[in-house]
Amino acid sequence: MNPTENKIFGANEIDTSCRVPLLALFGGAALWLVLGLALGIVAMLSFHKPDIFADCPFLNCGRAQAAANDLLLYGFAMPAALGVLLWIFARLSQSPLALPIVPVIAANLWHVGVLIGTSAILIGESTGHPWLEYPRAAVVLLFAAFLLIAVSAVATMGLRLNRELYPSHWFLFAALLWFVWSYGTANLFLVCNHPPRGGVQAVINWWLTNNLLFVWLGLIGVGIAFYFLPKIASKPLANSGYTLFAFLTLIFFGTWVGIPQSAPVPAWLPTVSAFAALLSLVPVIAIGIIAWKTVCGAKVSCLGGPFCFIKFGMLGFVVSSLLYLSEFCPRASRVLDFTWYNFGVTQWQLLGFAGMILCGAIYEILPRVMDRELPFAKLAKLNFFLFAGGTLLFVIPLLIGGVEQGLKLRDAAVPFADTSAVALKFLRLSTTGQLLLLLGSLCLLPNILAMTIQWKLGLARTVIAYIKSPLETPEVKL
Amino acid sequence: MKTGFSVFWAAFVALGASWFGLIYGPLKQLGGAKETAVLQSTEKWPVQRTGDATLGLQIYRANGCAACHTEQIRQTGAAHVIAFTDLGVHQAADLKSFIASLMVVPELMNYSNVITVNLAGWSGEMPKVLYRGADDAVVSMLGDKLKAVGVKTEARVVATGADIARGWGTRQSVAADYLYDTPVLLGSLRAGPDLASIGVRSPDINWQLQHLYAPRSLVKNSTMPAFRFLFKAQKKVDGKDAADALVLPIEFALTDGMEVVPTPEAKQLAAYLVSLKANVPLYEAPFTPITVAK
Repeated sequence: MNPTENKIFGANEIDTSCRVPLLALFGGAALWLVLGLALGIVAMLSFHKPDIFADCPFLNCGRAQAAANDLLLYGFAMPAALGVLLWIFARLSQSPLALPIVPVIAANLWHVGVLIGTSAILIGESTGHPWLEYPRAAVVLLFAAFLLIAVSAVATMGLRLNRELYPSHWFLFAALLWFVWSYGTANLFLVCNHPPRGGVQAVINWWLTNNLLFVWLGLIGVGIAFYFLPKIASKPLANSGYTLFAFLTLIFFGTWVGIPQSAPVPAWLPTVSAFAALLSLVPVIAIGIIAWKTVCGAKVSCLGGPFCFIKFGMLGFVVSSLLYLSEFCPRASRVLDFTWYNFGVTQWQLLGFAGMILCGAIYEILPRVMDRELPFAKLAKLNFFLFAGGTLLFVIPLLIGGVEQGLKLRDAAVPFADTSAVALKFLRLSTTGQLLLLLGSLCLLPNILAMTIQWKLGLARTVIAYIKSPLETPEVKL
Repeated sequence: MKTGFSVFWAAFVALGASWFGLIYGPLKQLGGAKETAVLQSTEKWPVQRTGDATLGLQIYRANGCAACHTEQIRQTGAAHVIAFTDLGVHQAADLKSFIASLMVVPELMNYSNVITVNLAGWSGEMPKVLYRGADDAVVSMLGDKLKAVGVKTEARVVATGADIARGWGTRQSVAADYLYDTPVLLGSLRAGPDLASIGVRSPDINWQLQHLYAPRSLVKNSTMPAFRFLFKAQKKVDGKDAADALVLPIEFALTDGMEVVPTPEAKQLAAYLVSLKANVPLYEAPFTPITVAK
């Protein structure tokens, strides 16, 4: 590119270029977050009152749980992550968003895809593969939308003034490729007319689940945190040499994890995963240290602001990743497999790590992009405390209950009914956490909705003012 | 990492390697799997399901049953077992002293305590486990010595582990078990019991149907949701039950001359559950299914 063509853009101009795409992505994401958390509670109701949906197939536990999980990942985390990614790329490039109309179209395709997928699960048309429940019609839309957003993101990245890449670039750019490849592969194999026979299906599914929930969310969350933490703390990212090391080890080791130790497949597969899980401790700890050193000593009061969200999210990354990797330790897996532990860890990854960082980023970005203060700034602060408390209250009982359930499952002398009874005690507590999370998500939605409405009213006012303004009549010389 | 291309290349190699290892590798190894031979038998495994059971898998998928049920048995190891089946002309007390006299045999010496404890308090009930453990030399030695004095024993290889001790199966699940499943629904949570061999535990279709309609009518304390939407209530014709109406305990039955009949979906789901029987020995998961007299 000819450097003389480059023009220096102001931050304001860059933010304005992201306005419509980000509103489209965040608005839908916030709505799906509320719905996903609500459906998660609906799914849990079956454990508190087993016959509650006995006559209503659409909300039975299995369907609602699958729909809730997918809403949190595909409905909330992905569009929110893509929106934040676009903005970070534009800011890092010091250039307005390239092809700004493309992500707007893509966001709408994406949300339609999520709507189709969720409805399909609820009417019983899920594919049955965990995290891949959406049927083909939805998958095609999601995939196309992702590609469109990736095109816009990569084009924006190409416009950058400073050719040197910032660490967030590595993480976020790799995440773009990661999703396209892993989601594409898994759907081509599993959601097609001739899926491979037998146990391979499960292996493909585990590979995808790990690559989405551990690696993809990890890349996205850490990439975003490594942009905002130094920015808010007003100091450079600590040890950027280690950052490259952490990035490379995360992508090279993390991607091999995922095959459970109890899997009914040839033994080399779980063994490879166990070894990879051990190696993956390296990037997790490295990222934890980098984040800690960056944040340490920063004189920023946050009290529920974006900084709090992102700090909590990074803590969530380290803790949830360690818990996740522990499932692949052969000894631990004998207790932890097939219990609520796995569910708890997944929810922590989704909500306590990715969800936290994304919400923080949205609260940080929205006022800049819309060029006005948050309409309900107090709700935003409340959101943090509800999310932090909700996540802990939701997940920790599941983890403890899971371990206890696992210990009882392991002892054949304990009747099976006792193992579910012990879990039930903890589920009651964790549902309270889900309610807090739902309330938290209800703080995010009005902020985005109000901003969208304000923006639309502003647009309408401009149009009306334009219509009402007196027509300039050419002066006629007599 | 100065250019986008280098990041792309790093991510490409990293993900490509795991794709090659965890997708291409298993596809090559398992993707072309065919029916395998059942050990000590001419039968093939797995058995193709009936039409109803094949459709039932789709009902199982559609309702997300795999959210709470697994279909995989874990095994921690295997044990050799030898048990008396027929004492012939001997008395239990005589055999005890005979076995005590065998304990000088080198193969048995290390296990004399175990075997003595196993036989303590035994007064002739059958079958009586004499030894259960990892050493097959003990089993064959005991079998030979006892055969010589006209006592019949059976020697078996059994799988061990909590899942198997719970009666959920006779061996670990292996990839071959899922050959005819599309989708493969392994499940990852045991909010309910494992179903890999539910067809062996509860082979009665009517039990399955009643359990789906009202789980707590059969299993007290069950936490399973009722699947009443798979059934329909209808008026009895001339006050008589229809042929396929559920026979329910009084507190679950409908009143006012109504009865509960399963929809085709319920019957398919029950047929699928009954078809789940991972109970044959395979090369990769051997055990002794049939009594072998020695």
